[in-house]
Amino acid sequence: MSIIDKAEKHVIMITGVLLSVFVFSILYAQAKYKSDVPECLPYDKAYTEPKVIKLDEKTYQVFAVAQMWSFQPSEIYIPVGSEVDFYLSSKDVVHGFNISEKNINMMAIYGNINKTTVKFDKPGVYDIVCHEYCGAGHQNMRAQVIVNYPTVKK
Amino acid sequence: MQVSKSFKRLIFLELSIPVALLTLGIYHGLMQTIFRAGVLQQAAFAKLEYYQGLTLHGVINALVLTTFFAVAFGHATMAFYIKREPNKKLAWISFSCMTIGTVLASWAMLAGKASVLYTFYPPLKAHPFFYLGAALLIVGSWLPLFNWAKMYVQWKRENPTTKTPLAVLGTLINFIIWFVCTLAVAYEVLVLLLPWSLGWTTTVNVTLARTLFWFFGHALVYFWLLPAYIMFYTMLPKLAGGKLYSDLAGRIALFLFLLFSIPVGVHHQYSDPSITQGVKFFQGMLTFGVAIPSFITAFTIAASLEYAGRKRGSKGWFGWMARLPYLDTKNYMFAYLICGLILFVFGGLTGIVNASYQLNSVVHNTAWLPGHFHMTVAGPVFLGIIGMSTYMYSTLSGRKIFMPKINVIIPYFWTIGVLIFSTGLMWGGLLGEPRRTNLGMTYLNPKSEFFRPDWVPTTTLALLGGIIMFIAGMLFIVVFFGTMFRKRSLSAELDLPVSEAYHDEKRIPLFDQFKPWLITMVLILLIAYIPALMNVNKNTGPKAPAFTPENPVPVQMINSK
Repeated sequence: MSIIDKAEKHVIMITGVLLSVFVFSILYAQAKYKSDVPECLPYDKAYTEPKVIKLDEKTYQVFAVAQMWSFQPSEIYIPVGSEVDFYLSSKDVVHGFNISEKNINMMAIYGNINKTTVKFDKPGVYDIVCHEYCGAGHQNMRAQVIVNYPTVKK
Repeated sequence: MQVSKSFKRLIFLELSIPVALLTLGIYHGLMQTIFRAGVLQQAAFAKLEYYQGLTLHGVINALVLTTFFAVAFGHATMAFYIKREPNKKLAWISFSCMTIGTVLASWAMLAGKASVLYTFYPPLKAHPFFYLGAALLIVGSWLPLFNWAKMYVQWKRENPTTKTPLAVLGTLINFIIWFVCTLAVAYEVLVLLLPWSLGWTTTVNVTLARTLFWFFGHALVYFWLLPAYIMFYTMLPKLAGGKLYSDLAGRIALFLFLLFSIPVGVHHQYSDPSITQGVKFFQGMLTFGVAIPSFITAFTIAASLEYAGRKRGSKGWFGWMARLPYLDTKNYMFAYLICGLILFVFGGLTGIVNASYQLNSVVHNTAWLPGHFHMTVAGPVFLGIIGMSTYMYSTLSGRKIFMPKINVIIPYFWTIGVLIFSTGLMWGGLLGEPRRTNLGMTYLNPKSEFFRPDWVPTTTLALLGGIIMFIAGMLFIVVFFGTMFRKRSLSAELDLPVSEAYHDEKRIPLFDQFKPWLITMVLILLIAYIPALMNVNKNTGPKAPAFTPENPVPVQMINSK
């Protein structure tokens, strides 16, 4: 009898197939939906001043700055269908930046620039929630993206 | 096996100190679910602040309890299989370091000077005693490895052609992983954070500190888990009334953990800046490598249990599941371990979700995460620890279990609690509910403009599960200390359940030595972490000054005013 028995051989094959399916799914999602983790940028001080820049009708850049205990800018108004590049930095401790409806998920870190791109297809108010503990006022740290102002206003 | 009084006393202390502290850790576990569900809408309750309690909950339950237990269980396993006691002096020095460290860190946390959570990410700054305490706990837990390595080498010299017992192999591998991974966090704590917290240095590179932390942080979860794996392989088949399906499978799984536990830490930093997508993807793939030993274990243990069920006369494909000794009060360790396994099925599957690169963006730092890891660290790890603590205490002291019927029901009660609790958290996480947040003050307070009615059912479910877990946890503490205060009525000895192997493969030298595996481990580590550290060095900008959790103004500026 060999060291590995029949049942074990089967289970090794199933494990191999299963892991291949998992890895394939990751690659497929990356290629087809362009879904990826945040981009890596070298630090540049220019991104650490909070502002919203309109590049054209449907393209925006947002320099988001997280600080104890708010985001600047705290309300971002854009039209529906816009593509937004978020450049995220922190003025102090580690913060989180989560737009759950759009699966935007970044950490804001002092001396580092984080970046991701997202398209807002539907009008509405999107909460940006700080999801990393950042001190006593952490639960007060929220901002909003308001898509299609002024038709939707909170 | 008879052991010396000093050795017994050492193990009793290493088991009972963390269990005593656990009362506080479990108390604040319950309190968090109450705060989060919006039942309490305030910053503190009974003089304990939410984030202070959260720090205590994490440090006591996940660092102090797990480390003390791993050392105590390691001492017992090594002594039992090698039939020799470890060097007493070194063992007591190790215990003293760990205890002093725990006292220092506990003081800092209870005094409210270290509310930085158990990940202590800078530039949030804690009291120097918090860092010093953490370092002493870690360094103290290194010493037994040298103790056991000496015992092992001597045993190997006397038995060169005997297979190393699986439990001994597991204990040594676990502490090698622990030693290597904690080198990074020891560097972080002693070189970067301690001088900075004392004010000797002014700034710290936050991403470097985070990268060093996660070099340690993911291997940490395997350090928690391996004692439970050792119980699954070497005890559970025997407790079920059967045999271990394959001894070799256990060895392969253990060596794979040695290779893949550490070089995967960047998968906790998928959302971090300054690390390239390539490095994140590569370590993500290595993370799937660490799924392999868990698949091997799932099969081997299930096959061992099926064998036990069939030996007890079961028929059909699934009949064996009904034949196992679920509620045998004398054989209560079976209940603890089987419940741990059931939870771990869900813990493992949700872990694969977290590891899956861009899918992590859906769940990262949401309530999903604690939902996941309460089915691992509060699943097989916690149940293994509490069951085994009672078992070791009872057998080593010759005392009968206090309330044996309750004792055998605790793990089932706990498991139901965790399943409800984790369902609430994971469901909430998918709706964007953040972890580590005092939700009651804003998001779960109907008077706040932040109020999120969609998080009411999820946090209520977590509260319900939390209450059940709290009751089960308190029952354990009653059983443990109740057993301790009983009179001695049995013969006191060191005794562990030992499983025979069904397929007891002959000794293969490759799977009975450390050298080739250690070399491969170091190579994979270098390949995985050199690019990550180069990224951090290249892309990060200015270093951060220190902040306390209460004040947005840097500590230095407050002091200079």
